[in-house]
Amino acid sequence: MSPASLPNFVPAVPEIFLAAAAMALLMLGVLQRAVAVGEQVRISRVVTWMSVLALLLAILLASAVTGTRIATFGGMFVNDGFALFFKVLALLATALSLVISMGYLERHDIARFEYAVLYLFAAVGMMMMVSANDLISLYVGLELQSLALYVVAAFQRDDSRSTEAGLKYFVLSALASGFILYGSSLVYGFTGTTNFDVIARALDGTPVLGVVFGLVFVLAGLAFKVSAAPFHMWTPDVYEGAPTPVTAFFSVAPKIAALGLLLRVVTGPFGDLVQQWQQVIWIASVLSMVIGAFAAISQRNIKRLMAYSSIGHIGYALIGLAAGSRDGLESVLIYMAIYITMNLGTFAAILCMRRSDRMVEGIDDLAGLSKSHPVLAAAFALMMFSMAGIPPLAGFFGKLYVFKAAITAEFYGLAVIGVLTSVVAAFYYLRIVKVIYFDNLTDALDRAVPKNLTFVLLGTSAAILLFFLWPDPLLASSQSAVASLLGG
Amino acid sequence: MSAAAAVFLPLIGALVAGALAFVHGRKETKAGADRAAQLVTCTLMVLSALAGIFLFNSVALEGGGGTITIFTWVDSGSLEFAWALRLDTLSAVMVATVTITSAMIHIYSIGYMHHDPGKPRFMAYLSLFTFFMLMLVTADNLVQLFFGWEGVGLCSYLLIGFWYDRPSANRAALKAFVVNRVGDFGFILGIVAIYLLFDTVRFETIFAAAPSQAQATMNVFGGTFHAMTVITLLLFVGAMGKSAQIGLHVWLPDAMEGPTPVSALIHAATMVTAGIFMVARMSPLFELSETSLAVVTIVGASTAIFAATIGCVQNDIKRVIAYSTCSQLGYMFFACGVSAYSAGIFHLMTHAYFKSLLFLGAGSVIHAMSDEQDMRRMGGIWRMIPVTYVLMWIGSLALAGIWPFSGFFSKDVILEAAYAAGSGVGAYAFWMGVAAAFLTAFYSWRLLFMTFHGKPRMDETTLAHVHESPKVMLWPLFVLAAGATLAGLLGYEAFVGHDAGGFWRDSILVAQGHDALARIHDLPGWVPWAPTIVGAAGIGLAVVFYLLAPHLPAKLAASFAAVYRFLLNKWYFDELYDRLFVRPAMAIGRGFWKVGDGLVIDGFGPDGIAARTVAIARWVAARQTGYIYHYAFAMLSGVVILVSWYLFQTAG
Repeated sequence: MSPASLPNFVPAVPEIFLAAAAMALLMLGVLQRAVAVGEQVRISRVVTWMSVLALLLAILLASAVTGTRIATFGGMFVNDGFALFFKVLALLATALSLVISMGYLERHDIARFEYAVLYLFAAVGMMMMVSANDLISLYVGLELQSLALYVVAAFQRDDSRSTEAGLKYFVLSALASGFILYGSSLVYGFTGTTNFDVIARALDGTPVLGVVFGLVFVLAGLAFKVSAAPFHMWTPDVYEGAPTPVTAFFSVAPKIAALGLLLRVVTGPFGDLVQQWQQVIWIASVLSMVIGAFAAISQRNIKRLMAYSSIGHIGYALIGLAAGSRDGLESVLIYMAIYITMNLGTFAAILCMRRSDRMVEGIDDLAGLSKSHPVLAAAFALMMFSMAGIPPLAGFFGKLYVFKAAITAEFYGLAVIGVLTSVVAAFYYLRIVKVIYFDNLTDALDRAVPKNLTFVLLGTSAAILLFFLWPDPLLASSQSAVASLLGG
Repeated sequence: MSAAAAVFLPLIGALVAGALAFVHGRKETKAGADRAAQLVTCTLMVLSALAGIFLFNSVALEGGGGTITIFTWVDSGSLEFAWALRLDTLSAVMVATVTITSAMIHIYSIGYMHHDPGKPRFMAYLSLFTFFMLMLVTADNLVQLFFGWEGVGLCSYLLIGFWYDRPSANRAALKAFVVNRVGDFGFILGIVAIYLLFDTVRFETIFAAAPSQAQATMNVFGGTFHAMTVITLLLFVGAMGKSAQIGLHVWLPDAMEGPTPVSALIHAATMVTAGIFMVARMSPLFELSETSLAVVTIVGASTAIFAATIGCVQNDIKRVIAYSTCSQLGYMFFACGVSAYSAGIFHLMTHAYFKSLLFLGAGSVIHAMSDEQDMRRMGGIWRMIPVTYVLMWIGSLALAGIWPFSGFFSKDVILEAAYAAGSGVGAYAFWMGVAAAFLTAFYSWRLLFMTFHGKPRMDETTLAHVHESPKVMLWPLFVLAAGATLAGLLGYEAFVGHDAGGFWRDSILVAQGHDALARIHDLPGWVPWAPTIVGAAGIGLAVVFYLLAPHLPAKLAASFAAVYRFLLNKWYFDELYDRLFVRPAMAIGRGFWKVGDGLVIDGFGPDGIAARTVAIARWVAARQTGYIYHYAFAMLSGVVILVSWYLFQTAG
């Protein structure tokens, strides 16, 4: 690339658009100078809807500009089918998280337009992450996303738990970022480059111990982002403390982006170190499954339970990665797509848990839900059955594909542990169903269910319930995404 | 046609009465259903009995017979058999005996069960019981025989436990079922062994092929044995169970827990005679094994004397008769053992009449005594119930074998045949039989005297209430009394006399040189007299003990306390089995339950895993302290461990 010529902007158009939209909306919000609470709510609504629109436009743009693999900005940024898959998922997850946020923020008097703008910045960061082709751009994307997340975690400023959650996330995330930076510097030191393609070429042959150390540090940092054990400790506290829609957002979008990044890093620059990273992923997978299964049993708070549930689910997704095969990678993509659908549906249901217009979060508060809210109860139960992996719901197929990949790759131990822990995990999912259907109704939840939640709940329920009829679109797109990642 | 009618009419009766048992509602409706059930079953049973007599006439007397195939049951590879009625003299005799006695018992039950609320159910069971017995005796293959065999087992369970609200009845029913299961296990092994050797279960084919397999051998538990001996001994184990022979007899006395007509049915017509019938039916096989015949003789003779000794000291009127049945069955078996099958069946028939007479008579006494069964609380009532008294005398005379009552002919011929057999076991059987005949006469008159004579020993209200039974109970007794009186005299020539060859034809097979029956006419002069003499002596002893010197028995019991207790406790068989089988089985069961299931399976299985899971969950959740430095420490530890792992891996 000659200094005189401009880089090719086309592959990055969706990111550029979204960043510009975010800043424009920020300007819009700031320039309104709203003082009255009602005014703030109104502006917040406008900005939020426009943000959702911007996210959907970004999905269209991303689909439009993506074709064959194109690297640009001096090879730091890459756009391919793999990136598109994750971008679509992340942007959709972000948009839906925004949709389910609205009523909540207004009821808790924290409806500010900055909220949606921060989501947009986080989304830009995620897009950067999954398109990163250099350790530097990886870090920048990650930090852009994280900075937005710190703020939204602590968005309910008057609530000490929310603030605590934001602070905890900030401190520990900084530590994780430190791991990544340290690992990156080691890799740079041993290979002399930060570009993924060049690193991949440099690591041809026997790995140097220093590079392996660097890899371990980078993996540890990324494991933190996907909340895989043993780097998961922040998850329950942050999930519980953060405002519920933020928790929903945390459990889907950043995870999918970080996992996309993880997949790209281990298959791209460190593709030849498969023996090394497989061991790390194996351990992380087993620990996540075990902790996700066991720790959730003693939880009484539904958000905390969902935190452990998400740790467990990441463990299952990592089974596919540990398998290391093409099938395995495809199964990870399928698993994550199904996972975010289940999680968004579940959080939409959790957001319906209000009593006298206040949020309640105890599992016992669901007692007798089947009598007061039959439809909501059915949807909730459906989500729980799917999470437990009961056929013919989508959650079953997600698990089926990762276990199949593990068996094919002869990772029998992983598959067995996976099946056993999913049995344990089934206990707490089914206990929720039991509370909903068999416990006596004591104090009914609020009757009214907001429209936006109904919409998300029904949409995700339908997707989970009917997935087994039309699995092909998801299977085909994950196949082509993995094909573009592996270049074949 | 008459055969099918005789066999299947009771089944129809059972189904109708069984359906009526489900009728509930107002008192009148219920009473109507009861009435209808009794009427239907009794009518059908009487018709069945008439058909049975007709069948006996056409098959046994006029020489008809053959096989009626109803439809194919199993046709699978070489295993092929049908539902079929095999009609020959043996089955005709059995059908006639069973249907006649059963019909009388049915009618008697109308009166006896007058106060019971479960009449339709009772009648249904009785008819079903009869049907299964008829199925058994008319079987033309072993599987159908086994079907009837198990069927009577089932019905005996249902009837003994008829009063299911009594724990003792339930226990007795279970005991009968379980003890029979032991025998049935032997029987089914015998059937399998026969199928193994002959490749068929049809009698026709088996009997035709039997002589060619006379010397065949069979491997059992690594040893090689004479096949016929193995087969017949296994079959005999089954017969011992059903016919309550020593060792497997323990269920029979307890079966008294059922209503009295049931006892009569079990002891006279159905169930216990099945073993005798089966041995007679399988005579072509038994004849091929000297060992088995000797075993049958010894077991039969031992049972005859063993049960008679116990009968002498029992105080329950029904139990005395029950042990007497046990003893008489012993006679029948040793008759079969010395190849005098026809004598055994002859005794089976006469016994059916006088034993049902005795039981129903005892039932009439119990009915009169307001359900009192203990003879020590009876006495002096012969004037009040003279008809029953006379009938009991007839039954006892027949049982003791006094001329001209039926028992005289059948028992004499059995003892003579045993003597004529000329073998060691034959002699053993003869002497045991004679001794048992003495005891039989003694306990029969002990029963009569204790029940009807002496001072009344019951309380005033019972005494005031003593009454003769209604006509519906007495008429069947007259019929049976006629049988008990005349059956021997009329049947002697045909069954065991000069006409026996033409009577039995080929339904019973006796091997060359086993013709003990033919030699009974050239015995020493004292032999035919022996049973009558000891019988008279037994009666005389009973007269002395219970009429002339009533204090003697107690004195005797006191001086031979050990012997008395031994007999009173039935040779301690129940206690022995309790120690040998019941308690160890319970201990094993308890062990499996407490240790195997509770401790091991539950402990390490569901309960244990659940408890561990909860413990792990608590532990893991407790790591979640909420302190940021703990979390940071966990992350750092994770990295350090992973890095060290690679460091050692590369270094090593």
